[in-house]
Amino acid sequence: MAKVGAPIRAQVTTRISGDTNHQQWKRPLLALGIHIAIGAGALLMLFPFLWTLSTSLKLPGSALSWPPQLLPETFHWQNYIEVWSIVPFLTYAQNTVIITLTTVLGSVLGSSLVGYAFARLRFPGRETLFIACLSTMMLPFVVLMIPRYILFRNLGWIDTFLPLIVPEWFGVAVYIFFSRQFFRTLPMEYDEAARIDGATSWWIWLKVILPMAKPLLATIAILAFRSAWNDFMGPLIYLQSDENLTLALGLVKFRGYYRTEWSLMMAGATLMTIPVVLVFFFFQRYFLQGLNFSGLGGR
Amino acid sequence: MSRQSFPQSTIKIPTYQPQRKKRSGLAREEMRDGYLMVGFWLIGFLVFTAGPIAASMGLSFTNWDLISPAKWAGLANYRTLLKDDLISTSLYNTLYFTILSVPLSTIAALLLALAMNMKIRGIYLYRTLYYLPSITPAVATALLWLVIFQPEFGIANYMLQKLGLPKQLWLLDPAQAKPILILMALWGVGGGMPIFLAGLQSIPRELYEAAEIDGSNHWNSFISVTLPLLTPVIFFSLITGIIGSFQIFTSAYIATDGGPENATLFYVLLLYRNAFQFFKMGYASAMAWLLFIIVLIFTVLQFRLAQRWVHYEV
Repeated sequence: MAKVGAPIRAQVTTRISGDTNHQQWKRPLLALGIHIAIGAGALLMLFPFLWTLSTSLKLPGSALSWPPQLLPETFHWQNYIEVWSIVPFLTYAQNTVIITLTTVLGSVLGSSLVGYAFARLRFPGRETLFIACLSTMMLPFVVLMIPRYILFRNLGWIDTFLPLIVPEWFGVAVYIFFSRQFFRTLPMEYDEAARIDGATSWWIWLKVILPMAKPLLATIAILAFRSAWNDFMGPLIYLQSDENLTLALGLVKFRGYYRTEWSLMMAGATLMTIPVVLVFFFFQRYFLQGLNFSGLGGR
Repeated sequence: MSRQSFPQSTIKIPTYQPQRKKRSGLAREEMRDGYLMVGFWLIGFLVFTAGPIAASMGLSFTNWDLISPAKWAGLANYRTLLKDDLISTSLYNTLYFTILSVPLSTIAALLLALAMNMKIRGIYLYRTLYYLPSITPAVATALLWLVIFQPEFGIANYMLQKLGLPKQLWLLDPAQAKPILILMALWGVGGGMPIFLAGLQSIPRELYEAAEIDGSNHWNSFISVTLPLLTPVIFFSLITGIIGSFQIFTSAYIATDGGPENATLFYVLLLYRNAFQFFKMGYASAMAWLLFIIVLIFTVLQFRLAQRWVHYEV
């Protein structure tokens, strides 16, 4: 092997080193060009955020002026205080937090439990059930929208948080899929050793497997957080009275009450976005790498 | 040990295979727990998914306003669907949106991932910046673009004016409203970046080295190595993208409310109105089934076509 490999490797190194000598003066220029191009694109992506921030700091009323002020004349930070008193923003925020946290907890526990069974327990019909579970991912939510509404209406759950929380506790297909993929990478010896010590499957799931699955749990938690926090259609259908609304619905209310108060609305939008961005920053490592174990890695 | 599954090709190591009967206690317990755990999902599936789907099917053959008892209507709802002008308008709008936004965002996500896969300084910061729009709540996204494209005082028109171009009506113009909603969707293109990045990073380096030895340049390597190995990711992106874009709702509900002149009346928005504003539960259920069938056809077609262009092996 070495005999065959050596000449080829030598050939490659000459090629590469020859390349660098030739392009030595070009490299920094190329890097600069790349940075300018990517940086300009990034600025373009950031622009709507910057504009939101700028609008949110303008004196209420002056957000609509021609020509538009690129930066507020004075930074009107009071908007961020006023938001809380003009609409029941605090109530909306509390509701959103309650719904989001219970959804995240349920998604992590339910989906990892089901994923564990699919990955590590043997029973007849397992693969069929798993495929059935996967195929629900292809189902458009719209088909469920009306019958689920009727179901929850019959249960007396309309205008409560339950329709938004309870279904997530029974496992979400995507997260079950992720869990199964992840759990299959862990050596079976852990389970066997625990079983010899007399542990049940439930104990193994909770005390042996879950502690080793932090990247998975973080990924599910983040995805569930994002979808619950940002959800608009669910709350729109199931929640009615003002004291039960979420931030997503509350933000739209700004538009009705204060048609011209764009600055306050943008302050509300900023406040609603900050928690998602914070969660993202803290768990960025998992967020941008978490999908590596999803089995979609190019093969 | 016997539980671990070895690849077929490895040499068979003689292991002690306990008789099934002897282990039946443990094995039965494992089976019972397996059924209990998966049964947990199955109950949720039956109650919140399968049951409702069956009910929705029945409901689509009735007229029901939630208050008076449902009346059997036979195929009447489906017949009305075919004649309803709003249905065809909304289908056209939705197809328009899907056909433009899905390929565009797939290509953009691929290009973005290629750029974000470069080893340059500050790449993590760039990745974060490009990713941020996709985690912004849909409501906030719709509202902030509404402010930008505000026809009288918005910054978009200000920029046009600076360039010496006439002001536009943007979201109030039937010809521009849909393209702007597509632009809004494209802003979130960073959301597709992670799986493309994961795909790129899982391509073995040796393949590029081999291609280089064969004398291929960057472009050739991209065409003959990168692209074929990314086809599963592209396929996944197309499938989920189409299912998602057929259900576009929030941005249109907030930014345009279906207007102007129904130019952004998307299918799910019309369905929502029929169900929760006009309380035509039977008709809306029939609409949901039509959408389901359309999405199913698209998905099956894609799986068929996939056999021709998706490579699952290295």
